[in-house]
Amino acid sequence: MNARAALIIAVPLLWLAALGSAASAIYCKHRARQMFVELEALNARRDNLEIEWGQLQLEQSAWSTHAFVERVASAKLRMAMPPPKQIEIVAP
Amino acid sequence: MKSRSARDAAPASFRWRSLLLQGLLAISALALAWRAVNLQLVDHGFLAREGDARFSRVLEIAAHRGTITDRYGEPLAVSTPVDSVWVNPRELALATEQIPRLAAALKLDRQELARRVTSNLERDRRYYPTGEVTGHLLGFTNVDDAGQEGLELAFDHWLAGEDGAKRVIQDRYGRIVQNVESIKPARPGRDLVLSIDLRIQYLAYRELKAAIRDQRARAGSAVVLDVTSGEVLAMVNQPAYNPNDRDQIQSGVYRNRAATDIFEPGSSIKPFFVAAGLASGKYDNRSLIDTSPGFFKVGAKIFEDEHNYGAIDIATVLAKSSNVGMAHIALTLPPEEIWGTLNHLGFGQVSTSGYPGESAGLLPVYSQWRPIGIVTMSHGYGLSVTPLQLAHAYATIGAFGIARPVSFLRVEGAAPGERALGAQVCRELVGMLESVVAAEGTGKLAAIPGYRVSGKTGTAWKATAGGYSTDRYMAVFGGVAPASEPRLAAVVVIDEPGAGLHMGGQVAAPVFSRVIGGALRLLAVAPDQPVKAPEELPASPALDTRTAALP
Repeated sequence: MNARAALIIAVPLLWLAALGSAASAIYCKHRARQMFVELEALNARRDNLEIEWGQLQLEQSAWSTHAFVERVASAKLRMAMPPPKQIEIVAP
Repeated sequence: MKSRSARDAAPASFRWRSLLLQGLLAISALALAWRAVNLQLVDHGFLAREGDARFSRVLEIAAHRGTITDRYGEPLAVSTPVDSVWVNPRELALATEQIPRLAAALKLDRQELARRVTSNLERDRRYYPTGEVTGHLLGFTNVDDAGQEGLELAFDHWLAGEDGAKRVIQDRYGRIVQNVESIKPARPGRDLVLSIDLRIQYLAYRELKAAIRDQRARAGSAVVLDVTSGEVLAMVNQPAYNPNDRDQIQSGVYRNRAATDIFEPGSSIKPFFVAAGLASGKYDNRSLIDTSPGFFKVGAKIFEDEHNYGAIDIATVLAKSSNVGMAHIALTLPPEEIWGTLNHLGFGQVSTSGYPGESAGLLPVYSQWRPIGIVTMSHGYGLSVTPLQLAHAYATIGAFGIARPVSFLRVEGAAPGERALGAQVCRELVGMLESVVAAEGTGKLAAIPGYRVSGKTGTAWKATAGGYSTDRYMAVFGGVAPASEPRLAAVVVIDEPGAGLHMGGQVAAPVFSRVIGGALRLLAVAPDQPVKAPEELPASPALDTRTAALP
């Protein structure tokens, strides 16, 4: 009689527990996939930022090409190297 | 009756039908069970493979090639994916009315776009932002991103990345839902920091290009070394090419002449014969050499000076580049001592730089030397050097006898080196070479305002089929500065100047002055002599209008 009563209580409980475990397994799997998709998106973003960094470096070096800087300095800003007689060297 | 008989017959008929139905159901159930067992146990492998094939993919993880930078981190070679547009030709064909809009968005001509609509692969492209300035030095890569020439080839293993691979599960939109396994992790290429100082490299490029154009020369090279570390600060050649646009190039332009091409150095070799003389103890800076009557006969061959200089000291022998004086010195020295000095200075050997295709030059073994050969060699014929080798020998003199290995990579910490010549010999030699750049010397155009310069000019006839040409020259200047404590060594070689001038002191020395003058200023090296009155000064290495002609 006791064993039977225990069985009546235990079986639905175990049944519920099994259901709950199955549901949480599904949820975890789903969460894992969601997070993985997110991770992949972030990885892709990192790669894109790295590509952009490379391209910005290229652009910067294009703007800072010595020939270009010289042309701007001498033509636009009218800069020139002072002749040696105008340079005064201050010895330390 | 009729109805009754029908009612009696019914149970038997129903029992039969029921049995039949149960039998059929049992057979179906058995068939299903068998099928299930079959699928699960017998065909499982095949089905799993087929399933995987529908959503499991092996993706390549691309690895970038490393970046090459100059010593301060300025990018010289960068790999970056090309912006690419993907078109499915079949879909585009159904939407022809959209083509003009697409062409406008891409700033492309309509025909051009139509031509380009093919399957397009996205891949990394390697850009060389400094273009021609570093063209020869860096070399380039092929379509598979493997180094083909220059430093790209020499350090290919360091720069190259290794593509990785991973297995993933994709959903039907192509999104990756799960990383199943990493088959091989990607290893990105490592970055490479060169010894090059881009500012000096550009300065050398600009000045050499201008000189080659003004002198209507066939070709030219310039090398700048840091005396204190053995690092290559600049290495340029003309004619140059732009590695970003290789369609324009004919073969032969790729060669980094400064490392691969050998030439007879002419008088620019003389300081090293003098070094052998000083090292032997037979000569010092007070020794007088009698060069009268201005010519010198060895066997049937006569070596001449421009004038009869009489009895002169060794500094004057170098300043006037006296062939007779050099012949006297060379013939009083044992051949193995001369050879030993030249060998210690690196002539006849490949440097340890590892530059692809670097030439060893040519230094005959002393056992084969005859007097006429020794005199010829002391004038810079019968032996061959590369511009890099010659610059390295000058750097060793400038380091007061310490030979430091040539390096294309930035040297961290103290540079290693070994003694090739006595320090006192080198100090005396550097002092003597200052007279070459003095007002009466052959190399006076190499002078730099504010700095003392030691160097030597060289003008060599070019060897051609059937002897030496008398109208084709190599003009050379090699030297170190500042003379009080050398920091830079440089060699400028101009091949076949064709605008009238052909002497090393006229053609190559001004390039040396401009490049090293600018470089000393860029490196903030303190001047070691007061600036002379302005009217005595050679042309200033200042910015000038020639920049307008450059890219």
